[in-house]
Amino acid sequence: MSNAYNTEWAVEARGLVKTFGDNRAVDGVDLNVRAGSIYGVLGPNGAGKTTTIRMLATLLRPDAGQARIFGHDVVKESHIVRQLIGVTGQYASVDESLSATENLIIFSRLLGLGRSEARKKAEELLEEFGLTEAAKRPLKHFSGGMRRRLDLAASLIAQPPLIFLDEPTTGLDPRTRSQMWDTIRRLVVTGSTVLLTTQYLDEADQLADRIAVIDRGHVVAEGTVDELKASVGTSALHLRVHDAKDIAGAKEIVEQVLQVRSSVTAEAAKITAPMADADQVTDLLIALRTRGIQLAEISVQKPTLDEVFLTITGHGAAANETKAQGQQERMEEVRA
Amino acid sequence: MKSTSLGRETSRPLKNHTSFGQTLRNSLTMAYRGLLKIRRTPEQLFDVTLQPILFTLMFTYIFGGAISGNVENYLPIIIPGILVQTVIGTSVVTGVQLREDMDKGVFDRFKSLPIARIAPLAGAVLADTVRYTIATVLTFVMGYIMGYQPVGGLGSVAIAAILVIACSWAVSWIFAFFGVIARTAASVQGISMIVLFPLTFLSNAFVPVETMPTWLQWFVNINPISHLVSAVRELANNGAIGFEFIISIVSAAVIVAIFAPLTVRAYMRRT
Repeated sequence: MSNAYNTEWAVEARGLVKTFGDNRAVDGVDLNVRAGSIYGVLGPNGAGKTTTIRMLATLLRPDAGQARIFGHDVVKESHIVRQLIGVTGQYASVDESLSATENLIIFSRLLGLGRSEARKKAEELLEEFGLTEAAKRPLKHFSGGMRRRLDLAASLIAQPPLIFLDEPTTGLDPRTRSQMWDTIRRLVVTGSTVLLTTQYLDEADQLADRIAVIDRGHVVAEGTVDELKASVGTSALHLRVHDAKDIAGAKEIVEQVLQVRSSVTAEAAKITAPMADADQVTDLLIALRTRGIQLAEISVQKPTLDEVFLTITGHGAAANETKAQGQQERMEEVRA
Repeated sequence: MKSTSLGRETSRPLKNHTSFGQTLRNSLTMAYRGLLKIRRTPEQLFDVTLQPILFTLMFTYIFGGAISGNVENYLPIIIPGILVQTVIGTSVVTGVQLREDMDKGVFDRFKSLPIARIAPLAGAVLADTVRYTIATVLTFVMGYIMGYQPVGGLGSVAIAAILVIACSWAVSWIFAFFGVIARTAASVQGISMIVLFPLTFLSNAFVPVETMPTWLQWFVNINPISHLVSAVRELANNGAIGFEFIISIVSAAVIVAIFAPLTVRAYMRRT
């Protein structure tokens, strides 16, 4: 093992600042990412996630503060840092006018692989990412998911110990998304460190060991997924009974099983209650069946990003983002 | 997916600079990329194929009678002139395409790779020498079809062609610089034309210098384009390498020495 990786920290950033005009896009961000972990940076559009990653990946020069990648300064030792990182941007950083194979061969050659080595590497990666069939086609005809996979493949040519993924699954369909998650998990198994940004709490939850919540250029919360969840609150139960007469009985059962206070919204005949553990819904359903109460609808939802923001920052994700996120909030729902 | 090749490579020497050899290799790889792109979109070669044919025909038949009495006598004057004008003009495309290219996501990857900073720029200007070669060959072929017989012989014509290609390559660094600093591809085209038009037309490319007013002759005589045109004429028409040849080479070297570092610096600052 070369001494480059002996550092405990893959990323150490102190007080990073980047200003565009009079907009302080990143305003004093601190980040510590332990080597060998997946670190999630969570926040809405325009929070400063991409700018932060671009500074750490030597694509942007910080206006203030400093950052080290495996102990190497991103400004003074940028060329060394570039040998330690792979970057997969929010917008596919591959060459649209070339084929997948040509892209990978060119990147491999740039990274110092020989002609036949580069060809072999390209074939290998295309196979790993299930792109062999499309290898010769120009990227113009690639789907979003294929482009992302190729992009990630290109980041892995040199097998960098640290990989930046900027919103790796934004705009992907659920199936492609879970494939991407599997790939990311596998990267860490093989020893890489991953720093990813995301707009989805769910994604950070699925992948990250630690999360930083970033808002308006500041880190507003940092910790393990569980710590963060605890600070945000529990999941929420929403329940509607078939017959309005049963509502009092149902409320009683909910409070009995969950050991919490619930509330009833009159017009929808809907009971809502916080839940410590989504598994409790099983006990609840059995209890309701025993009492013969018929349900119209029941759902258990995770706190949405908007709720996380509301709790942590005291304001929701920026108003213009609310709509976009509304479509993206994916809930774990159980319908009866 | 196999996990074998996702394994982390653990023994790699880390350096904070790129060697000359690596810079050269990186630039050649980027030039290879440029060639692949030309092969994928051959329609971007329209200008270098049609322009030499069209301009050579047009200028020769329009000006031939007026300037040299007939077309045959005009050919030794106009072919070197039109050659320089067309090929140098082609180098504007370098800047325009560089601007378009830099706006694409792939440049983010180039910037994040441990490669020589100059490679994406050097690669782009290198790949474009293919365009200059096409324009040069076509202009000479057009001239030959129209009856041009270079007295200097094929060897001298070849040297003249290489000289023009080398000088256009040098000039393309100016437009590469505009390409890096400009906001849009259209503005690169605009600025470049403003620079290029006076340079190519205020020269001895099309008409004898003696017919111009004295104050204009002063500019025409120091214009490097005039020297390049004269050098090509000396070579193609007399088979001679003279003073004009040396001035052209030196001017080209000066342009590269100024604009290559300037372009790279601007490119790095924009990142």
